[in-house]
Amino acid sequence: MSTYAQKKGFGATIWDYLTTVDHKKIAILYLMAGGLFFIMGGLEAVFIRIQLAVPNNDFVSAGAFNEIITMHGTTMIFLAAMPLLFAFMNAVMPLQIGARDVAFPFVNALGFWLFFFGGIFLNLSWFLGGAPDAGWTSYASLAVHSKGHGIDFYVLGLQISGLGTLIGGINFLVTIINMRAPGMTYMRMPLFTWTTFVASAMILFAFPPLTVGLTLMMFDRLFGANFFEVAMGGNTIIWEHLFWIFGHPEVYILILPAFGIFSEIFSTFSRKRLFGYSSMVFATVLIGFLGFMVWAHHMFTTGLGPVANAIFAVATMAIGVPTGIKIFNWLFTMWGGSVKFTTPMYYAFAFIPSFVMGGVTGVMVATAAADYQYHDTYFVVAHFHYVIVGGVVLALLAGTHYWWPKMFGTMLNETLGKITFWLFFIGFHLTFFIQHFLGLWGMPRRVFTYLPGQGLNAGNLISSIGAAFMSVAVLILLFNIIMTQVKNVKVGNDPWEDGRTLEWSIPSPPPFYNFKQLPLVRGLDAYWLEKMAGKKGLTPAEPIGDIHMPNSSFIPFMISLGLFIAAFGAMYHVDDKPWALPVLIIGLVITFGSMLVRSVKDDHGFHIHKEELVQEEKGAKA
Amino acid sequence: MKRLAKWRLISLFAILALVLSGCGQPYLSALRPAGEVADIQYDLMKLSTYIMVGVIIVVLIIFVLVFFRFRRKDDKIPKQVEGSHSLEIIWTVIPILLLLILAVPTVAATFKLADVKEMDKKNSNALVINVRSHLYWWDFEYPKQKIVTSQDLVVPTNEKVYFNLKSMDVKHSFWIPAVGGKLDTNTDNVNKFWLKFDDKRANEAGNLFYGKCAELCGPSHALMDFKVKAISRDKFDAWVSAMQNVKKPQKAQTDLAAQGQDIFNKSCIGCHAVTPENKMPDTARVAPNLTNFGDRSRIAGILDHNKKELKNWLKNPETYKPGNEMSGKYEKLTEDQLNALAEYLMGLKVQD
Amino acid sequence: MQAEEKLTYETWPASPERSTLEAKNKFLGFWLFLGGETVLFASLFATYLALKDKVPDSSHHLAKDIFELPLTLTATMLLLTSSLTSVYAMYHMKNFAFKKMMVWLSITVLLGLGFLGLEIYEFNHYVHEFHHTFTSSAFASAFYSLVGFHGAHVTFGLGWILALMFRNYKRGLNLYNAPKFYVASLYWHFIDVVWVFIFTVVYLMGMVG
Repeated sequence: MSTYAQKKGFGATIWDYLTTVDHKKIAILYLMAGGLFFIMGGLEAVFIRIQLAVPNNDFVSAGAFNEIITMHGTTMIFLAAMPLLFAFMNAVMPLQIGARDVAFPFVNALGFWLFFFGGIFLNLSWFLGGAPDAGWTSYASLAVHSKGHGIDFYVLGLQISGLGTLIGGINFLVTIINMRAPGMTYMRMPLFTWTTFVASAMILFAFPPLTVGLTLMMFDRLFGANFFEVAMGGNTIIWEHLFWIFGHPEVYILILPAFGIFSEIFSTFSRKRLFGYSSMVFATVLIGFLGFMVWAHHMFTTGLGPVANAIFAVATMAIGVPTGIKIFNWLFTMWGGSVKFTTPMYYAFAFIPSFVMGGVTGVMVATAAADYQYHDTYFVVAHFHYVIVGGVVLALLAGTHYWWPKMFGTMLNETLGKITFWLFFIGFHLTFFIQHFLGLWGMPRRVFTYLPGQGLNAGNLISSIGAAFMSVAVLILLFNIIMTQVKNVKVGNDPWEDGRTLEWSIPSPPPFYNFKQLPLVRGLDAYWLEKMAGKKGLTPAEPIGDIHMPNSSFIPFMISLGLFIAAFGAMYHVDDKPWALPVLIIGLVITFGSMLVRSVKDDHGFHIHKEELVQEEKGAKA
Repeated sequence: MKRLAKWRLISLFAILALVLSGCGQPYLSALRPAGEVADIQYDLMKLSTYIMVGVIIVVLIIFVLVFFRFRRKDDKIPKQVEGSHSLEIIWTVIPILLLLILAVPTVAATFKLADVKEMDKKNSNALVINVRSHLYWWDFEYPKQKIVTSQDLVVPTNEKVYFNLKSMDVKHSFWIPAVGGKLDTNTDNVNKFWLKFDDKRANEAGNLFYGKCAELCGPSHALMDFKVKAISRDKFDAWVSAMQNVKKPQKAQTDLAAQGQDIFNKSCIGCHAVTPENKMPDTARVAPNLTNFGDRSRIAGILDHNKKELKNWLKNPETYKPGNEMSGKYEKLTEDQLNALAEYLMGLKVQD
Repeated sequence: MQAEEKLTYETWPASPERSTLEAKNKFLGFWLFLGGETVLFASLFATYLALKDKVPDSSHHLAKDIFELPLTLTATMLLLTSSLTSVYAMYHMKNFAFKKMMVWLSITVLLGLGFLGLEIYEFNHYVHEFHHTFTSSAFASAFYSLVGFHGAHVTFGLGWILALMFRNYKRGLNLYNAPKFYVASLYWHFIDVVWVFIFTVVYLMGMVG
């Protein structure tokens, strides 16, 4: 397959990425698209902080502000954090379990394109009459009565991208269950793989309620249904339940893989096995399970009554226990270790106090009676940013630096990385710490301005200054990425030299078939064990033989494109536009037609022959 | 190391700044509780904060020790430890105990704050107020006293006040931070809870608490403020009877005000009532009741209470509260008309 | 075992739906997908139960006024039987009896079409007889969404099975298409199970009042 190594033209590269089913390339697509949306969400955050820097500001109007906060939340959760985690799951998880690809390469590509078209659709709202403006939670009474098409963009865009996430989750589950290399038992899987597994299971059960909620709202807004019309017998609280039955597990879907990334980093740079591995696995599963039992703590002030509130309060507190177990296990992984402070380790180390802050305020908001004060104030804003930025975003930044050499074969600059870290870390605490107090001093969340004379001015200004720090940090990271890719200094299999898991036992970036021979796994931290035994790599579990690989396909792109087109038809059909219905039908025909083509056209993939593999090895040696 | 020292200095300044700015304003801050409900919640906050600070300290001690003791100095491979059952049991059991310490008062408080049996009893003397939230204003009905007011809630101190909460359009949330946590005003059902305003601390806060809408409800969500006059029971009774005495719209006192009343009767009375006894159902009360407008503390809940701001508001409500329901409902007013209306409205007082 | 291999009755494996890695993946992935579908329908059921008989005023009909046992029972019988016939089809698939499998699948499709026809008639009846339309009340919206969503699944399932039958009409069974037939029949069973719940929760409980 030496032709693959040759330089390709620009067009050919684009076509390659449009049709790829290779998990490593899909990972890069997720990374690029997620990064793009992350920057858009970040810009929206900057606008929010400029508007709130001083009282009575008029940087943006009240209506535009609501659009900005809605898109900031929606973009960051659905279009930035999730896809960026998916990028690492795709890039690393199959390598960590010693697989040649995911279980369903075609579905993997489909998942990406659905997410991508859904995200683009949602963001087109800015240019087509206004973005959604009912908050990322889009509570029904406000959302149903919101004018224009903003909420329709939200409802349709999230349905499309949510579908992509769902099938992505199923794909990872099957991959981990069926595709592990010989000897890779469940209790030998790296923690990032474990957290991917649990997060995927949560996606499977959490996304359908969201889909139903979105569908009901779509029916109400576009097809005249009455689910949330109180006068017609409807009930808006149904939306709150459906949204949070999805929404709370979603938080854990985000944070568990983040925990996984940090577990890898702590262990690697401490040169120590993860302390209490089995209790870490147990805690992960337990968090995943409890994550479904606590959704109503987002609704303490909805008026569900003291019995429900008390039960959900206690259940929520219970999640503190497995999370605490994890924190101490990480600390004791480093204890007695030989800790090297690389950029990923900076993030991991700083994550502990940051996330503990978010965790303890989590227990505080779980105390139902006191939450009546915290709920919907800046205290809650501070809390979830401590969890999501202090947990998930730090993990994404750490993972970016940690796995960049594996994904691209070249290392990000460490000095720039550390500068990014310090600016981001200081900016993060500056922005969000004070917000706890703003909330307690009486500042509700989602306010487009505040009046002077309420004691809120200084705190808001501090918070806005912090946002500036974070912005500069992100710019330096981008600069670092560009410089690194331009220089493109190639690195070997194990650039950090302390790699423990299977991904570090193969070239960076790995060949498209990952493993020439599937490795034989002898225990947790398989690569580390071999290194300690004085070997250079893993013992193969099979002789060199033909490798079966899937064919590239343009169909995933087409299926997603069809839904993207259909969504416009569905949306404009309420305006009695004559072209709306045909567009809806054309879109659906493209989607279902593509599915039919996929179904009736046999796709057996292709084989890389043994001779080619042997020849390539010789070539590499020469 | 130098970098870390610098960071510590910054955090020190941050803490200093916090201490200096204190606990917020007495009329607005949840950290300056001024009633039984807020007290209960403040106590829970303190209890949870103490426990959590304890946890943070333990984590930080280990954290700092790790940082100084286990940095990589040589190329030695550390011992690969699997774990420690005794340690793991410790950090499982102790958090459970800590959470139990927190859970018991939480559950107790949750039930206590939801106890509204008194308001459903027949022949109860408890004061009940029906709160109806609208796109961006608040309607307060005292069903037993048969009076309606808006924007400025008037309550007696040192007794439990019960609330029936409901929204007339989209979901809002009723929150008086210094006196107690919030409860949503749903479109679907009536929510009930109680608050108690402490006399002494109400005095310290100038007898005027700030209330907020805490649920995103549209463009002017940020401006959906209301005020709470907390006064002694005697003064409250006096206010109630003064309100009840207004049987028909008050006569304008001056010529200018009389002109204003004419304009009002032509352009405004379709939505705004100026008598407190409102026989219409809550759904028909589409705009704030103005019976005691002259006694209020803010124009539209947000602007200073003077004629200039009132005229500004009447001239162009959209500038001050985007998306409100009043804009465009009446003809453009001339400067003379504005003067007359302002004179009339400011004269609508039930008490001196 | 390779997916493209030509097999005979003797070499046909005992579990053709799980004899290659791709097939194993498909088998497991589809079960997981059905897990997600279960949550989807559970959400719709919960919504329906919350909105059952929630109408704006007394001029609207309630569940007990509109549902009729004979019609829905017939539909139930059709769908239950079609589930059974798809079991027969899979039995023959495992025995490498392609023709018999196709016959039973055809019967399954016919029964499914019958069910679909009855459902269309039923909806039409409600709309014209009781003015019970998708937009008439929250109750109606919830009813049509839940039952209609199931109906859409039936339609998709029929299309899927038909596409498989036409595609493989000439070439018979192999290890590439056997798992496809198998998961399509799994899907059909799932639709059937959901219907049992709809019949109980919507119709039987609805008629009791």
